[in-house]
Parts: sequence; C-alpha cells; structure tokens
Amino acid sequence: MAQYLLSVWHDEDYIDAFETTPPEVIERLHAQVGALNADMEKKGVWVFGGGLVPASSATVVRPGTDGDVSITDGPYAEAKEMMGGFWVIEAPDLDSALEWTRRAALACEGAVELRPFQDE
Amino acid sequence: MSESGARAARSASSAGPAAELSNAVESVFRRESGRCTATLIRVLGDVDLAEDAVAEAFEVALTRWPRDGVPDNPGAWITTTARRRALDRLRRESTRHDRHVAAHRTFGTDGSTGADPSTVGRLVEELGGEQVEVVADDQLRLMFLCCHPVLAPDSQVALTLRLLGGLQTPEIARAFLVPEATMAQRIVRAKRKLRDNHARYRIPVEAELPDRLPPVLAAISLIFTEGHRATDGSGLVRVELSNEAIRLGRVLADLMPDEPEAAGLLALMLLTDARRSARLDATGALVPLAGQDRDRWDQDRIAEGLDRLAPWSRRADPGRFRIQAELAAVHARAATFADTDWARIVDLYDVLLARRSDPVVVVNRAVALGELDGPAPALLALDDISDDERQQLDSYQPWHAARADLLARAGRPSEAVEAYDRAIALTASDAERRFLTARRQACRTGQTPP
Repeated sequence: MAQYLLSVWHDEDYIDAFETTPPEVIERLHAQVGALNADMEKKGVWVFGGGLVPASSATVVRPGTDGDVSITDGPYAEAKEMMGGFWVIEAPDLDSALEWTRRAALACEGAVELRPFQDE
Repeated sequence: MSESGARAARSASSAGPAAELSNAVESVFRRESGRCTATLIRVLGDVDLAEDAVAEAFEVALTRWPRDGVPDNPGAWITTTARRRALDRLRRESTRHDRHVAAHRTFGTDGSTGADPSTVGRLVEELGGEQVEVVADDQLRLMFLCCHPVLAPDSQVALTLRLLGGLQTPEIARAFLVPEATMAQRIVRAKRKLRDNHARYRIPVEAELPDRLPPVLAAISLIFTEGHRATDGSGLVRVELSNEAIRLGRVLADLMPDEPEAAGLLALMLLTDARRSARLDATGALVPLAGQDRDRWDQDRIAEGLDRLAPWSRRADPGRFRIQAELAAVHARAATFADTDWARIVDLYDVLLARRSDPVVVVNRAVALGELDGPAPALLALDDISDDERQQLDSYQPWHAARADLLARAGRPSEAVEAYDRAIALTASDAERRFLTARRQACRTGQTPP
C-alpha cells in the first residue's frame, strides 16, 4: 500500500469564491464530497482529509539566525493558485489512486493534484 | 550504464572479422531488445534493473557468440543471460544494501507493487529458477506503462522508443531534434515518476481502456509520423522510427485483436508507408500523390494494410485511425490518380469533421473536393471559415500550399504566387521547400503545374 496526497486547487480568487458561492452550490459540493469521503472510508482508502479556509488566514513561521523564529502574515507562496483542501489516501497503486483522484475532481468540481508520498 | 551494451553492439559494426557478428548482435538487439526488456521488467520488478541487465547480456553476447556461434533462439538466450546477470548483481549488492535493493524493486512478480518489504534473500530465491517464461503480453504491459496517462505525450513517446524500441537516448534526441541532455532528463524523470507513483506493470481491464488505449495509439502514431515526415538529413533514424512504429503497431493489434483502432492504426501506417519510396524524387523533393509512380508502391505493405482493415470495414462508429486508414485504402486501391474515388474521400473527410473540427482535415477535404468538382468549389470550401479559424490557419503551411495549388489550377497565377510565397515562408523541410519553389516558378512562367 502506498499513500498519496490529493490536493484541491483553485485558480480564481478563492477568497471571493469562498464568500460569494451560492448556498445551493456549496450544498451540492458538500453532498458530493461527503459521499466520496464515505466511500473512501468504506473501502479503507481514507487516511485524512479536510477543507482549508482561504490562504489569507495563513501565517508563515521561519527559523531565524538567533535560534528563534520570525512570524509573517499571509501564505508562503505568492501564487494566484491556492490549495483549498486535501485528502491523504492509501491505495495499492497509481491506477487506483488515479481513479480516486478522478472521482475527487468530479466531486469538488475543480482541479485535484495527485502526488505520492515518499516511501517509509 | 544501460546504454553500454547497445553501444558496444553498434560501435563494433565497422569492418573487420567481428563486423559480421556484431551486425548479428545488433540485428538481434533491434528485434529482441524490447521483448527482453518487457519480460525482464516483469521478472525483476524494476525498469532500470531490467534495462541494465539486458544491456549487459548483449555485451556478453558480443564476446560469447564469436566463440560459440549465435544461439538458435537468441532472444531467449539474451533473456536468460540478463536474468542471471541481474541475479548476480542482486546477490552482490544484497550483502551491502539489502534494504536499498528491496526498496528499489517497483513491481512484485505477481504484478503487485513491491512496496511491501520483500527481502533480497527471498527475491533472489524467487528469481532463482532457470526458466524465464517469455510472455507475449509483457510487451503490451510495457506499452501501457510507457504510455501511462500521467506522463506527458513527449515522455510517453521517448519512453516507448527507449524501452520497447531499444533506441538509445542520443538516437531518440536526434530523431526529435532536441538536445541529448533534454531527452535524457525527460526519460529519467518519466521513469522516476512511474516509480514514485507506484505505477503497476499490468494490462488495463476493459473498463479502463477508453482512457488507457488512446495514449498508446497516439504515441505509436507520433513515432510513425515523425519517421515518415521528410524533414532533414537525418533520414536513416527516421526510417527506423517508421519501421519501429509499424512493429509496435503489429504487437498491439495482435495482442488486442478486439480493438478496431489498433487495427486501424496499423493499417494506416502500412498503407502510408507503402508509398514511402515514391514520395521523394531523386533530388529528395516531395512528389505529390498525383505525380507518384504507383509501380513503386510497396504491394506487400498495401496487401497487409487492406487485410488488417477488412474485418472492421463494415463496423459502425469508426474511430479516427480507422477512418484515416480507409482514406489511405481508397488511394491504395486506385490504379491511377485519376481513378481515385474522390466522392468516397470527401465522404470520409466529412465523417472525420463530424467527429471533431480540425484545420488539417478542412484543408485535405478541400483538396479532395478540388479533384471531384474542380478548383472553384474547393477554393470556396477553403475560404468558407470563421475569423478564428482563419487566424489559426494563417500560420498553417498546408492551407497556403493547397490554396496556391487550387488558385493556379483556377487560372489565378498572381494570387497563386502570393499563396506559394506564404507557404514557402512557413515550410521547415528542405524537400517541401524545393517542391513549393518549383511550383511557384511554374506559375510565374505560365506553365501548368505538374
């Protein structure tokens, strides 16, 4: 068994989308993702997963020179693209992981990146 | 290191007593290396290990065969020797990096992933039997691995040529006109991605084929097209690419006899390749279909192509390769250019266009219409396009070349010269440039184009 990260990505301004998405759409997405989660648990695939609030609420902590750290407001990457949530799944191989990724992309109606964890 | 065996097999092919033999090794290498590698990946459970082992086995062949003669079944000899070599190496390395070697292994012998901790001792025991069963399916497994949809098309093609075609990285780089370092990196990355992602060495089940078969077909088709295109001086490698694509096409069609597109692609390649020696004249200039000496068409290729296509010709819902093969078959059946069933050609292009709009098909259909109904309606078809399409086609050389030809035939030489100028400016191939330049000249001097 191998573990994979399935991360959900957003292109447009996620913060706006977060606040302006109509409730019926949010409801639909919740239902779809909830059903997928349930199936992942049933098949023994689900390890962990969850949605993230927009990256504007993120904080970066960096090691300093004096053994202490510095703290800055905002996300690490200044990219337009933002990770909006993720799953960690356990699957026997790439084809199986890819099938779960396909279902994840359809469930959250957005791009999902599949990336394997290092062994051990 | 995996390149060394093949390099040895090639570099020794200069004159001398060893020349004949090393040619024998090279010919076996060409024929068998993909099959041996495919089997060894299954047996050893790792791509790099298999490649190295096969290369080493060919090195051994270079020293043994002069002494002992070429074995009756050289492919089996190479496979067995490669397996033994890999085993020796695993034993050697196991004393030092047991865990590393076990972790190195990507696929289990049962086709599962090797992620579960199998010790080298057990691995060596597993591989210890003398017999290596060569399974025809191995090449199919390897095709699906090389053309896994998680890889970019460029990488799929490179990996297919490297692992199944036995081509070396510099050869692949030359054929695709990219720097060797770029190609080497592309291949290393693709292999690493498959390993990191725990790609399994297996043939997709029926339900997966709609996703998995098209990239395999596309990669083989790309290899063929690259080989068939008369671009520059590197002619030899290109002919090898065409032949390799046809070989892979045969393997695929034979191992997947229920797939009409596999048969369609093979038929298309055979029927197109049949015209190879008639496509270029003595100076290397492109000869259009109309001017080709049909006696030089390869009748064996044509017969095989038509034969591959026949069982499917009445089945509904043809895919793009089958339609294109049917198009090539119409040309192959026509005794002369004038005999061509242009109405059938236009119909087939309409079927293609109904599937997907494609500027290439728009141009080809217009050319066929020109043969069926004359240049005027054909020009109308070429120019009856949206502004978006026009913008797209403005940088598409065949559109200008076809327009130029039709304008010349319609008795509009000055417009034709203008269109030829535009086509020539967009041409990358010497042979095509010479052809178009001659046509333009004929237009200027008022001769009828050939």
